[in-house]
Amino acid sequence: MSATSYGWLILAFPLAGMLVTAFGWRVLPGRLPGWVASAAILGAFLSAIGALVEIQDRPEDARSLVDSLWTYVATSDVNVDLAILVDPLAVFMCLVVSGVSFLIHVYSVAYMGGDRGYTRYFAYLNYFVFSMLLLVLAANFVLLIVGWAFVGAASYLLISFWYRRSTATHAGIKAFVMNVIGDVALVIAAFLLLDKTGSLEYSGVFERAGEVFAPNDGTLVAACLLILVGAFAKSAQLPLHTWLPDAMEGPTPVSALIHAATMVTAGVYLIARTHPLFELAPAAADVSAIIGTATLLFAATVALAVTDLKRTIAYSTISQIGYMVLGVSVFAYGAGLFHLMTHAFFKALLFMGAGSVISAMGGIQDMDRMGGFRKAMPFTFVAFLCGALALAAFPLTSGFFSKDEILAFTIARGGWYWALAIAGYAGALLTAFYAFRMVFRVFWGDPVPEARELEQGHLAHHPPANPASGEPEDTDVGFPAEEHHIAEREWPMRTAMGPLALLAIVAGALQIPGVSDVVENFLEPTFEDSQFHDTAPTEGAELIGLVVGAVISLLGISGAYVAYVRRRGITLQLRDRYRRVHDFLVHKWYFDELYDAVFVRPLATAGAFGRSVIETDFVQGFIVGGSTGIVRVGTSFARAIQTGYLRGYALLLLVGVAALALYFLLSSS
Amino acid sequence: MDVVWFLVLSAFIFVIGAAGVMTRRNPLVVLLCLELMLNAGNLALVAFSRMHGGEAGQVFALIVMVIAACEVVIGLGIIVAMYRRRLPIDVDEMSELRG
Repeated sequence: MSATSYGWLILAFPLAGMLVTAFGWRVLPGRLPGWVASAAILGAFLSAIGALVEIQDRPEDARSLVDSLWTYVATSDVNVDLAILVDPLAVFMCLVVSGVSFLIHVYSVAYMGGDRGYTRYFAYLNYFVFSMLLLVLAANFVLLIVGWAFVGAASYLLISFWYRRSTATHAGIKAFVMNVIGDVALVIAAFLLLDKTGSLEYSGVFERAGEVFAPNDGTLVAACLLILVGAFAKSAQLPLHTWLPDAMEGPTPVSALIHAATMVTAGVYLIARTHPLFELAPAAADVSAIIGTATLLFAATVALAVTDLKRTIAYSTISQIGYMVLGVSVFAYGAGLFHLMTHAFFKALLFMGAGSVISAMGGIQDMDRMGGFRKAMPFTFVAFLCGALALAAFPLTSGFFSKDEILAFTIARGGWYWALAIAGYAGALLTAFYAFRMVFRVFWGDPVPEARELEQGHLAHHPPANPASGEPEDTDVGFPAEEHHIAEREWPMRTAMGPLALLAIVAGALQIPGVSDVVENFLEPTFEDSQFHDTAPTEGAELIGLVVGAVISLLGISGAYVAYVRRRGITLQLRDRYRRVHDFLVHKWYFDELYDAVFVRPLATAGAFGRSVIETDFVQGFIVGGSTGIVRVGTSFARAIQTGYLRGYALLLLVGVAALALYFLLSSS
Repeated sequence: MDVVWFLVLSAFIFVIGAAGVMTRRNPLVVLLCLELMLNAGNLALVAFSRMHGGEAGQVFALIVMVIAACEVVIGLGIIVAMYRRRLPIDVDEMSELRG
């Protein structure tokens, strides 16, 4: 089979899985839907491997294949095919997405096992994977936008999965609105490109862009900035990041899959995919690099103060995507995408570990109430530790190599990019600190009652109440049903965490400076037209970077050790001493409050004004009330005749007939 | 015999019926008075038919009788339904058609 046939298969498997689980929910018994869905994703993963093998067999300059299923639009100016593009970048993304998705599907089989919406969950999840693969395989902007909107819809559905929780539905709406801002920007960007280059195909746009646009052409920069708005909305970068922490209302495997490993990295993919445009518009790329750096610092500081376990990991995700955005924006595509891959491994792992802990706590996510889970959940502890080591860029783990490569490339650009790299290293210090803040606060310390219970083999039971808001909860929708509290007991959860823990530690071996260069070599054909192809750091510089990174990582980890294990009270003292700073961080730099004041509140006021004055007074009172009033007055005579008395009608009838008869008599004589 | 006498009688019966319809409140009596009015019309039809020597008037009279029978069936049905639902047997009480 050719690589494109494998490409279609990659799409067909999750689509079939979605249809089977969505329409077979009555017939499929027990946990079968979950296994069907997992098998579909496994099929997609195997097809992606097939595509990988096929594409590697081809000569390097012919590894970009387009195949069209049918034509959407064929006019003189616009041609849009339902076409997929199979090239190293797409295959790379497919492998990461389908591989991590498969493990998370397996994890979900156990994690969601007791939920009433079990089958619905897997139908959504397969729909998400299908949309994500469509996004990365699309060969033109139209299909890209279709996939882009589909993943937004899937994200909305899964965030509000427990739809009886008002916090979950609000979070879903927030995510959807934020994503639609990005969708609109992306559509306008595609229109600008179509207007100037006359094409929507990637290949056509990129070929013509070089002829049509001068470097830093105004329209091109505008289009690139709009693409960035789309990318930042999806990837939760400043200032469109506020939806991601709230998206943690969804089930934990969803957070692992969509809001850590795959969907939120779509923005990074998009920048990498449209890199010929960004190289022609370096101004836009610089904006992107600066925002990525700002985001990575901002999110890392918030992650220091937030006490919700999942939200901490969410801010860490925002911060790590900041690194990726920085990487692809300084044209270090291989490094950025390599970090995308390792991040998918260790962040999915961290979420799975967090899910185990949260399920052991009976749905409680607050780290203030956790502690001492080391003995109670040894497997989760080891897995979470692997993830945290990789996140903290501990020497020789996967995150160590990927993060430092991005920073080394940034330094190699020279000039003011130095400042970005220094900010990146500062972020790395914070990252190591908050990663081990989570580890030490959850797994070290005195065991909380839940942990002690678990050591004796019992599971926590809590009254059905929303842990976020405390409102009483309908157990009909599944969470937190008693059987849901499974901790890490079931084998599918461990099976999923095992490979990821291994990958989080050893995946760095794919790309060690001076030793191996697998990812970059593989992606080479996609990016060989890049003018920054030769702007790579020297080996010596990379090794120095690695040493600096290692020192920073160890510094951060030992800092966390001192603050949370050795001298436990110190963080509380600091908090009381610098209460202002702490409040600022806990309130996430007041972004939510700002948006509330600038957008939500004025719109709500305008809406209330419209409802009370325009709707009630003007439309209902004046227009509707006025016209009915006119009709009412005009018909008062006719209504007066309708007395309702039968005898009255008879009299009228008789008088009328008599009058007519009289008239005819008089007129005939 | 002159046709005028028949027409005068017919007119008397019609006016008696119409007055009954308009003054009585019992639907049964109203129905009876309606029959009077119909029969007054029948009488006039037959009288004219005899005067002209054709059959058309008589045929009309027969059709009117059939229609009168139908009308009685429906009218009595309504009255029985009212009785069953324990509504007051009074046409003035049924004034829902008021505009």
